[in-house]
Amino acid sequence: MYSKTQSAPIGASAPIGESAPIGTAETAPSRRDILKLSAAGALVLGVVLRGGKSFAEEAPGGGKALLAVPGDTPRPNAFVHIAADDTVTVIVKHLDKGQGVTTGLPTIVAEELDADWSQMRFAFAPADAQLYNNLAFGPVQGTGGSTSVANSWNQLRKAGAAARAMLIAAAVDAWKVPATEVTIEKGVLRHKSGKSARFGELAEAAARQPVPMDVHTKDPKDFRLIGTSFHRIDHIEKTDGTARYALDIRRPGMLTAVMQRPERFGATVKSVDDAAARAVKGVVDVVTVPQGVAVLAENTWAARQGRDALKIAWDDSKAEMRSSAEMLADYRSAAQSQGALALKSGDAEQALKSSGKVVKAEFVFPYLAHAPMEPLNCTVEKAADGSYDFYAGSQFQTIEQAVAAATLGVTPDKVRIHTVWAGGSFGRRATPNGDYFAEAAAIMAKTDGKRPVHLVYTREDDIKGGRYRPMFFHAIEAALDPKGGVAAWKHRLVGQSFMKGTAFEPVMFKGGVDSTAVEGVADMPYAVPNLLVDWHDAPSPVSTLWWRSVGHSHTAQAVEVMIDDLAHAAGQDPVAFRIAMLKDHPRHVGVLKLAAEKAGFGETLPAGRGRGIAVHESFNTFVAMVADVTVKGTAVKVDRLVIAVDCGIAINPDIIRAQMSGGAGYGLGAALRNKITFDKGVVEQANFDSYEPLRMSDMPVVEVHIVPSQEPPTGVGEPGVPPVAPAVSNAVFAATGKRLRSLPFDFDSLGNA
Amino acid sequence: MAPTSTAPESGTITLEVNGTAVAFARPGTVALLDLLRNDLGLNGAKYGCGLGQCGACTVLVDGVPARACILPLAVARGRRVTTLEGLASAPGLHPVQQAFVDAQAAQCGYCLNGMILTTVALLARNPSPGEAEIRRELSGNLCRCGTHVEILKAVRRAAELMGSSGDAGADAGRRP
Repeated sequence: MYSKTQSAPIGASAPIGESAPIGTAETAPSRRDILKLSAAGALVLGVVLRGGKSFAEEAPGGGKALLAVPGDTPRPNAFVHIAADDTVTVIVKHLDKGQGVTTGLPTIVAEELDADWSQMRFAFAPADAQLYNNLAFGPVQGTGGSTSVANSWNQLRKAGAAARAMLIAAAVDAWKVPATEVTIEKGVLRHKSGKSARFGELAEAAARQPVPMDVHTKDPKDFRLIGTSFHRIDHIEKTDGTARYALDIRRPGMLTAVMQRPERFGATVKSVDDAAARAVKGVVDVVTVPQGVAVLAENTWAARQGRDALKIAWDDSKAEMRSSAEMLADYRSAAQSQGALALKSGDAEQALKSSGKVVKAEFVFPYLAHAPMEPLNCTVEKAADGSYDFYAGSQFQTIEQAVAAATLGVTPDKVRIHTVWAGGSFGRRATPNGDYFAEAAAIMAKTDGKRPVHLVYTREDDIKGGRYRPMFFHAIEAALDPKGGVAAWKHRLVGQSFMKGTAFEPVMFKGGVDSTAVEGVADMPYAVPNLLVDWHDAPSPVSTLWWRSVGHSHTAQAVEVMIDDLAHAAGQDPVAFRIAMLKDHPRHVGVLKLAAEKAGFGETLPAGRGRGIAVHESFNTFVAMVADVTVKGTAVKVDRLVIAVDCGIAINPDIIRAQMSGGAGYGLGAALRNKITFDKGVVEQANFDSYEPLRMSDMPVVEVHIVPSQEPPTGVGEPGVPPVAPAVSNAVFAATGKRLRSLPFDFDSLGNA
Repeated sequence: MAPTSTAPESGTITLEVNGTAVAFARPGTVALLDLLRNDLGLNGAKYGCGLGQCGACTVLVDGVPARACILPLAVARGRRVTTLEGLASAPGLHPVQQAFVDAQAAQCGYCLNGMILTTVALLARNPSPGEAEIRRELSGNLCRCGTHVEILKAVRRAAELMGSSGDAGADAGRRP
């Protein structure tokens, strides 16, 4: 029953690696191919050619692509291809970096089509903002903000329903029966007379039918696939080694490029002595581009040796020269005055003065690297007609296409992007300036264009390379209302905007405030009559970016730990205290109650153990978490997480559970020990030994409970991150009476009397 | 460069990869990972850190998990290397791979090569490991998506599958 997927075919045959004796192949050799050759007694490893045609040449599955239809009408042709072999290929306009959209989006089509899951396939869409824009982003094709399912939901339901109607119309023509008498189940059309046909048999005739302008989508009560458990489309290829990631791309004659970037952000190249680098065997060229100095070589090993031999003088006159402690001192200093106003309701200053019980707290959040398992990389190849092919785990196709085109001096239509599997992203592959595409394009522009170039980041390049979640400082003062609840809340944030100066600024800035800096605070759900939220930008040459859950990655910790503090100060149960302030937020209350009930919140625990709760909405998805911890001295073990999520209609419960525990694990790893710090402007971390992710031994037992819902589906890739740190922090408080506010947690502070 | 023809020449280093003898005329200091990926086109083993920290590049060397990114070619001389592509002894999936499919244990999937091969070696040594042993064994393999829960489930499932077929258990980590 497992459906072996065909990911988008990528161009014609290409040799594997730089070594000619291996022969040529379109893909890596399968074990069976190798066996054939070894059985013949040959010592040379070889591969068997497989036919491979690009998506443009042929529809996946070998069938006929339906003609494209422009406009807002249902577009089965842009998204659904039914082949003679019965396979149904859904064109996926989003990047799948693990979050499962290559399963989730085909599920929506399969549901409306009444296809069998085993016949479903997918192909990554080409870069085409006309056909494949993210409806949440406007005229831009891209993936982010947990929008993939949410923006595709109606689009793909209509596409699937239209394709279904066209199949039925084809059956009506063939069988001369009324449409109302044709049924479809698991990919087979039937009539009571006994006539039946598989999708493939009717595909060609269906393609000739007019596309219906008005289609009927299913009533959710009739869903057969949505909400059930079935296999991800990518499992086989990701377990047998055939899945091809960007780093696996090999093109004929390809050079590997590594770049030396400045060790301080904002520095530029003053002069380069590349004599020793060029003397390294295998090094082909050394080029200076605005981002740094790139070494091009026959293989990765030579490229790295060449880079190590470069002697570069940097101009640090505009570089970040501060150390982390100085940055924090500057942030604290900025926090002495009021920043740009994000929200003001009532009069928080006055209410704080007149109130009896005031709680004050400060939170410090570090810079964080995304550190996806597959480091950034991108291959660019110049075609005979002067156009270019890019191969990458492309996340912002429209931006990357435009940036690459501008860098190479061609129009965007001369840049084709072939999206392949990405080994994680967490936001890193999506940048407002298409950063690593721009680097690859700049390097290509400096060569004669005769050989493809594969720009690769080492892990050190990744960890030291910036685009960090910005450092943040929060200062909060809140006052209890003697009648219950919170009378006033004054919240000041200091942290760098990564929207400023980008194409996103006009949309993301509201009243002089970067909305991603204050999201989760300025829109907090709690009924606080006097609320003041303001923000100071903290400009720096250090490059920053959204990081899984964006602003919520720090604001949830500040708000949910503060709320816990206030509940404690009020002598109230943390759940009851929250619910009393969430009268207009039933979905928050729903997940809060569900998590608390499933976790046994409120039970008495033995000494040394603690249970904490947090709730947070991000990207229109509501998540509550209860953490259980065991504390022995300064050692803290997170034993269990009970998670409740409300993400509307649960399209694939297994993927939702995986994303919830995955987001929690990602957030927990960062909260336990991750930080990027600077010594006189130089990043102090370099690899996983100094930036250590969550390990298997750290992962708590996780339970995920999904709230049944008929609301439209919302994203799940990011919302699992925000509540985990505060839930753990609040659990540690319950166990010890000590607050861990800043991240990563300073467990050593638990040892202080 | 690369694998040579028929008889190993002087200056070449010969080893066995997935049951086939391969000879490389390359410096002994070159990392095995580069040769597997660049010269043999075996992309199952992944580059993740280049420091032996993350386990994405794991291969089995004589049945024992090794970090191909820091394993010099000279050290692999004469040894039996199994990569993810060479794991199954018949067309289809090895039971450990099947268990990862059953447990839906992929997100981005980039760490799975190491997770699967480390599990194969673990189960070859101890067919029914306890929870603590599983976690300890896999703690050197990093996953950034947070697929830990499903991967742990997959290892337990693999122990079940391998236990139910003695044949598969005996096959673990061996060449096909």
